[in-house]
Amino acid sequence: MILIDFEYYKPDTVQAAVELYQQLTIQAKQPLFYSGGTEIITLGRVGKLYTGAVIDIKGIPECNVLEIKNDQLIMGAGVSLTRLAEANLFPLLTESAGRIADHTSRGKITLGGNICGNFIYREAVLALLASDSIVTIASENGCRTVPIMEAFYERLQLAAGELLVQVATDATYLSLPHRGVKKTRMDRIGYPLVSMAALRINNRLQVAFSGVCAFPFRSLKLEHELNNDGSHETRIANALQHFPAPIVDDVEGTSAYRKFVLKNTLEDTLTHFEGV
Amino acid sequence: MLQMLGKGVIDLTVNGELRSVLAKPSDTLLTVLRTQLGLTGAKPGCENGDCGACTVLIDGWPIKACLTLAIEALGHEITTVEGLKDAPVQTAFIEQWGFQCGYCTSGFIMVCHALALIHPDATNEVLADWLQSNLCRCTSYEEIERAVRSIITT
Amino acid sequence: MVVAYSEFEAAQAANLVKIEYEPLSVINSLTDALRPNAPLIHDGLAFYSHVVEEIYPELGTNIAHRVKVRKGDMEQGWAKSEVVVEIQVSLPHSDHAAIETRSALVEIQQDGRVIVNSSSQGPFAVKKLMSTLFRLDMGKIIVKTGLVGGSFGAKTTAYPELLAYLASKAVGGRPVKITNAREEDLISSPGHIGMEATIKFGASKEGKIIAAEMLYLIDSGAYTDTSPTMAKAIAAACTGPYNIPYVTCDSLSVYTNRPYSTAFRGFGHGELTFAIERAVDKLAATFGVDPLELRVRNAIAPGDSSPTQEKLNVSSLGNVIECIQKIKTLIKWDNGRIIKSRKNLVRAKGLGCFWKTSSSPVNAISGAILMMNQDGTINLNCGVVELGQGTKTVLAQIAAEALQMEVDKIHVAMEVNTELCPEHWKTVASKSTYMAGSAILEAANELKREIKSIGAIVLRCPPEDLDVGDSRVYLRYDPSFYVEFKDIAHGYRYPNGNSIGGQIMGRGSYIMTRLSTLDQNTGYGKSGPGWVVGCQAVEVELDTRDYTYKIVRAATVLDVGKALNPKNVRCILRSGMAMGLSLASREALVFDNQGVVQNPQFRTYKMMRFGEQPEYLVELVETSQIDAPYGQRGVGEHGLIGMAAALANALSAATGVELNQLPLTPETIWKAVTGGSQ
Repeated sequence: MILIDFEYYKPDTVQAAVELYQQLTIQAKQPLFYSGGTEIITLGRVGKLYTGAVIDIKGIPECNVLEIKNDQLIMGAGVSLTRLAEANLFPLLTESAGRIADHTSRGKITLGGNICGNFIYREAVLALLASDSIVTIASENGCRTVPIMEAFYERLQLAAGELLVQVATDATYLSLPHRGVKKTRMDRIGYPLVSMAALRINNRLQVAFSGVCAFPFRSLKLEHELNNDGSHETRIANALQHFPAPIVDDVEGTSAYRKFVLKNTLEDTLTHFEGV
Repeated sequence: MLQMLGKGVIDLTVNGELRSVLAKPSDTLLTVLRTQLGLTGAKPGCENGDCGACTVLIDGWPIKACLTLAIEALGHEITTVEGLKDAPVQTAFIEQWGFQCGYCTSGFIMVCHALALIHPDATNEVLADWLQSNLCRCTSYEEIERAVRSIITT
Repeated sequence: MVVAYSEFEAAQAANLVKIEYEPLSVINSLTDALRPNAPLIHDGLAFYSHVVEEIYPELGTNIAHRVKVRKGDMEQGWAKSEVVVEIQVSLPHSDHAAIETRSALVEIQQDGRVIVNSSSQGPFAVKKLMSTLFRLDMGKIIVKTGLVGGSFGAKTTAYPELLAYLASKAVGGRPVKITNAREEDLISSPGHIGMEATIKFGASKEGKIIAAEMLYLIDSGAYTDTSPTMAKAIAAACTGPYNIPYVTCDSLSVYTNRPYSTAFRGFGHGELTFAIERAVDKLAATFGVDPLELRVRNAIAPGDSSPTQEKLNVSSLGNVIECIQKIKTLIKWDNGRIIKSRKNLVRAKGLGCFWKTSSSPVNAISGAILMMNQDGTINLNCGVVELGQGTKTVLAQIAAEALQMEVDKIHVAMEVNTELCPEHWKTVASKSTYMAGSAILEAANELKREIKSIGAIVLRCPPEDLDVGDSRVYLRYDPSFYVEFKDIAHGYRYPNGNSIGGQIMGRGSYIMTRLSTLDQNTGYGKSGPGWVVGCQAVEVELDTRDYTYKIVRAATVLDVGKALNPKNVRCILRSGMAMGLSLASREALVFDNQGVVQNPQFRTYKMMRFGEQPEYLVELVETSQIDAPYGQRGVGEHGLIGMAAALANALSAATGVELNQLPLTPETIWKAVTGGSQ
């Protein structure tokens, strides 16, 4: 049971959505954009979230797009992870977003909701970071398109009232050699110890991680080390120097164990790409 | 623009019938089905999206009713276990002893029913993927596996 | 407690309650609790009334109860021992996690009748407890329990019922419902005990265990609930199913500031089996002897005595050795216990041999009433709760067998209503079939006597000449002379209108027989009517590089006495194995250093899911328990009991390292093998 009362709006256009956000802010209703809504509902039921109004974006056509157009895969922020997986237009995304929560929940969790959510994992962003994707963000000043590597630092950097509308990935990335991995404490379903999306383009690996640090990231310095010459051991040891934050220690695993799992994951990844 | 500012009447399509409910925007579909429509097949087990006991179908796809606002279901086809009449999955669960206390069963039935219709040729991976959405604390899952395999073609 | 017209309103109001907390020191472990001069969690311990007389709290400590078993002169025992091994094990607090959380609805009517609707394993226990606590006439408390959405011991203790009563009283008797959210069910309502144990075995050169010294520390949490009885249950079974002449055991129920515990499937036996079986494997390793052979060598048998010096016979004790021999074949033990397959993969097998008796009150009762419908079918009424274990079916089968009629003609009342049903102690201990089944047999006998009595008049013969079957009563030596049940069910009417008889009914009553309390100093006594025994095995495949593992297969051989419903027995045994493996492989409540639970949701309190199950194998042995209905022994809990032991034994064999702590996750295995370095 959600412990707060809020108003519900379902605008039909991006413009209506961002304008509505401004209006509701002025009315001190602390609005939130609502996509899959799973996080709003689960945090709302334990009193960890307050809002006076939710703006459901699933009525906005641009947010529901899933198509390849002009050599780009366009994905609306309101597209569910299951819909993405069933279409399977981007296998690496299917793999790395395909282990978030469980299958039925993924019918409700959306691409935008997962990327912009509060939980630290945001695994749907990993394939997008690794594939140099582009995000379209709307605000009352209009839409802007930004490479995700510029817009994402620990989280998608959105000002209040900004809405993630779509993500676009260059079609050449879609069929590249890739590897999506999720390691957990024990079970197939659960928060990750290490979640990783990697692809190889022009003989170089591009890799993004989640679960290891308190936020998802892709580090060019880390990639440089992985792509270097030298033994796997050396490359991995050097790459580990470039994790941007301390390794997480929580109920899923200690940081020492996470590091152990991470090393094995990196080793397996290097081996995997040598074989393809 | 659809909006709901407070408590109001929503007309939901449930099991092929148009049903009126009185709901707040923050009421979940699970609450509304159980307390207003007497459809208690979908059950609260965690209300956090983790156990699947609340699973219903929306437009034929399994959805956790505890993770859905009632207002979100407006305009969609909602199917609960009460809307299945001697579906193959129900017969299969009886024949294969696919339950003990029965509390998680309606959730499993909705998932298996949808799987058999959407992916009748489901591989082991797809089968496991779908059914991992639901927890059963009573059985060993072996009987549930037999039941669902008996209604898919692989 | 806030009572309101809706959950939402109640939550809003609860938010307005301002509470000032004064932090006290936290007893966050058994070690903390048992330290000399530890802060006392219950400083009023001396003044607590005892629900059961035989409780021995140790004043001035956090020890709520101690059960002692002293069998034989230990000095002699150690003197005869040529090899000694010692082991320490621990397992964490965990939870029943039934998918239906606890829920109760209570209303108090104008005439003072209290109507309780509750998801409970013990509606009669709730009734009696409410009568004592709230000073109400027992006859004015009506507890109703329908189908329960899983329990496994969680709902054996009254919890929401008591709160709902107080809430209803506060609002003039209006119906009040309390339903646990999942987080409350995991933390505030009682769960599964934590435990630490030290086992010391002394054995002869031939591998016969001669002396055993055991210390079981039960982390009961903040309140005791049934943990003193669990301490007793553990003590009574403390050696595992082995014949050990010299035994000293202390089994303690200890208070800590952890969530409190209650009965959990296995009632302490899964926990003690984990400790004992690790010790047996260690002994086998010390001798370089096959662990299965060592168990056969030490298996307890008819003629031996239990730790509490109960003399065992073929009726009271199942066949341990046959179970071990059968598991050998079932798990293909002789194909190799440890097999290194492809690089980094090791397959290994582990055993978990166990026994269990029940620890009911010595005067636990059950009852049954059979009533004929006018059409000759029978209504069966008893106080056993259907939790999903299929009890209503089995009880109907017993009645049908006794009356030689089709089971579909026995109609079982699904709901238990304490006003209308004969009392059944609690639906626990895998004893419902035994107790209620015995009552049903007695009721069936009375029913038959009544049937024959009327039949004798109608058929003009002595009652002794009659038999009952196929819904009719007939002349034994000429079955073509008979009367159908439907013609006498509600009396027999002669052609001229004269009528005799009345509604045919039968009544049966059962009480536990010849049980005794345990002597405070030696533990001498008899806890339960019989011992169910079994041997289990688990085969794992471990990746020695990353310590992840797959449970490949899990097997149970159980002496069920008589499988009254073989298919159901197998389902229940598989279900127990699944729960045991889930617990042992991943379940644990995690606490921070302030004792706060870090994983109070199913997202973070993990249980086994579909697709993770191993191949399950079940085989049954049938040696009768003579005083039980058709020789049956209990089944409900037993699939779970040896699983943690078998899994730990398999993984210990696979890693070559002693794994003595649960849960067994890849991280805990990695830590045990590497010390936590890379």
